Amino acid sequence: MAVQTVATTPAAASAPGTVDLGPASGLSCRECGTRFDLGPIFACAECFGPLEVAYDLPLGDPEALRRKIESGPANIWRYAPLLPVPADVADKPNLNPGWTKLVQADNLARELGVEPGKLFIKDDSGNPTHSFKDRVVAQALEAARAFGFTTLSCSSTGNLAGAVGAAAARAGFRSCVFIPHDLEQGKVVMAAVYGGELVGIEGNYDDVNRFCSELIGDPLGEGWGFVNVNLRPYYGEGSKTLAYEICEQLGWRLPDQLVIPIASGSQLTKIDKGLKELIALGLVEDKPYKIFGAQAEGCSPVSTAFKAGHDVVRPQKPDTIAKSLAIGNPADGPYVLDIARRTGGAVEDVNDEQVVDAIKLLARAEGIFAETAGGVTVGVTKKLVEAGLIDPSLTTVVLNTGDGLKTLDAVAATSQATATIAPSLDAFRSAGLAG
Amino acid sequence: MSVNVRIPTILRTYTGGQAEVAAEGATLGEVIADLEKNHTGIAARVLDDQGKLRRFVNVYVNDDDVRFEQGLETATPDGAGVSIIPAVAGG
Repeated sequence: MAVQTVATTPAAASAPGTVDLGPASGLSCRECGTRFDLGPIFACAECFGPLEVAYDLPLGDPEALRRKIESGPANIWRYAPLLPVPADVADKPNLNPGWTKLVQADNLARELGVEPGKLFIKDDSGNPTHSFKDRVVAQALEAARAFGFTTLSCSSTGNLAGAVGAAAARAGFRSCVFIPHDLEQGKVVMAAVYGGELVGIEGNYDDVNRFCSELIGDPLGEGWGFVNVNLRPYYGEGSKTLAYEICEQLGWRLPDQLVIPIASGSQLTKIDKGLKELIALGLVEDKPYKIFGAQAEGCSPVSTAFKAGHDVVRPQKPDTIAKSLAIGNPADGPYVLDIARRTGGAVEDVNDEQVVDAIKLLARAEGIFAETAGGVTVGVTKKLVEAGLIDPSLTTVVLNTGDGLKTLDAVAATSQATATIAPSLDAFRSAGLAG
Repeated sequence: MSVNVRIPTILRTYTGGQAEVAAEGATLGEVIADLEKNHTGIAARVLDDQGKLRRFVNVYVNDDDVRFEQGLETATPDGAGVSIIPAVAGG
């Protein structure tokens, strides 16, 4: 079967310098700038800093590039010239995520005191496994193919486990994913249903992450592609596609303000990277934009550091209903602080009650049912508008990164039937619901 | 105090490829100094110019992240397990 042939063929071309990942030219340490060949490595051997993909980007003819993108498929592969993937990526078996809706949220704008036409929700619940994680896993899958891995793995707060399981199933890989043992039932089922192995770890996400980092250095983990560990430089690039899509959907314009959830901070840093690339490529006008980070109060190491004026992030023990954001020791936290300060944004947090209120507000106002992370971004947006930090006259894009069906428990207690009645007109009339 | 130190892949060039090595010291700082004596160059990878843990290094003594404990002053009891792990994972 062609699908399995593609997925399981060992990468004969995995020697340094011969890997075909399109415009990706190498890896570069974000801290000290040391360069490395493309490979399944993620931390700098000099300083432990994070490695990120360096490119030979198609500079020079923005109009030609724009036409090429606009004629591409209605998924993230329309941006393949800007991603670490081979040119024929769209022909390989994968979930083809992306090109999710950018919803003009005028009802929500009215509720929050934002000018009509200025507030948008980037609704990534529309991805194949109902979270933004399909974007990043699709990049990691291509890297896994290039480096000859046949098992996909990850540490996950839930959404990623489902995205890895589904992508592995489509591509013919084995999957084995690790989650905290006490996740929401919806996320456990969504991760398990794709048939891969799902392992609950007795501990929180940071414990799971530590376990996976040790496994990667042990013979037990040999030959495994951990999408967010040894494939993390490639994986992270998938979040750039959120920046590309938002700008293209706004008519190739930069938004003025973005509100982005923070777990590890990777998504926020890569959206910033994507925006800067679009400016460098001449696809959007070079103008200022502000990036705001959103956390839950019960896991707010980055907002705490931001408010205290610190440039290091002190880890916390998470305790929040926003479990997809419950990373107490966020790998990219220091970079989030840099970006929020550089762009004139901020990092703010909301408590669990505000998260629930915001989920219900978004659902009531726009018909979008967000998971708890979306409640965090909408709740923080409300708080920042009220504080005067978000300008209500400028274009603001708020991310919803996952589907509310995954976190039903958060709103179940306060979202029940209005009434239960006998199947008769009299009963309906008596219940006072007519008209 | 003798402890067992788990070495991440990117530092194994300093330990001859060994994933675990023994080291001596009553605190994490002393353990790293002892590692440096036997595996020259390793301390500069783990510590910055001010002698503090680099911000992208996580170190655990047994199951405890030393940033929740006393950092380099964290006690390393006899027989403890010390893990050095790149922090840039996850998410």
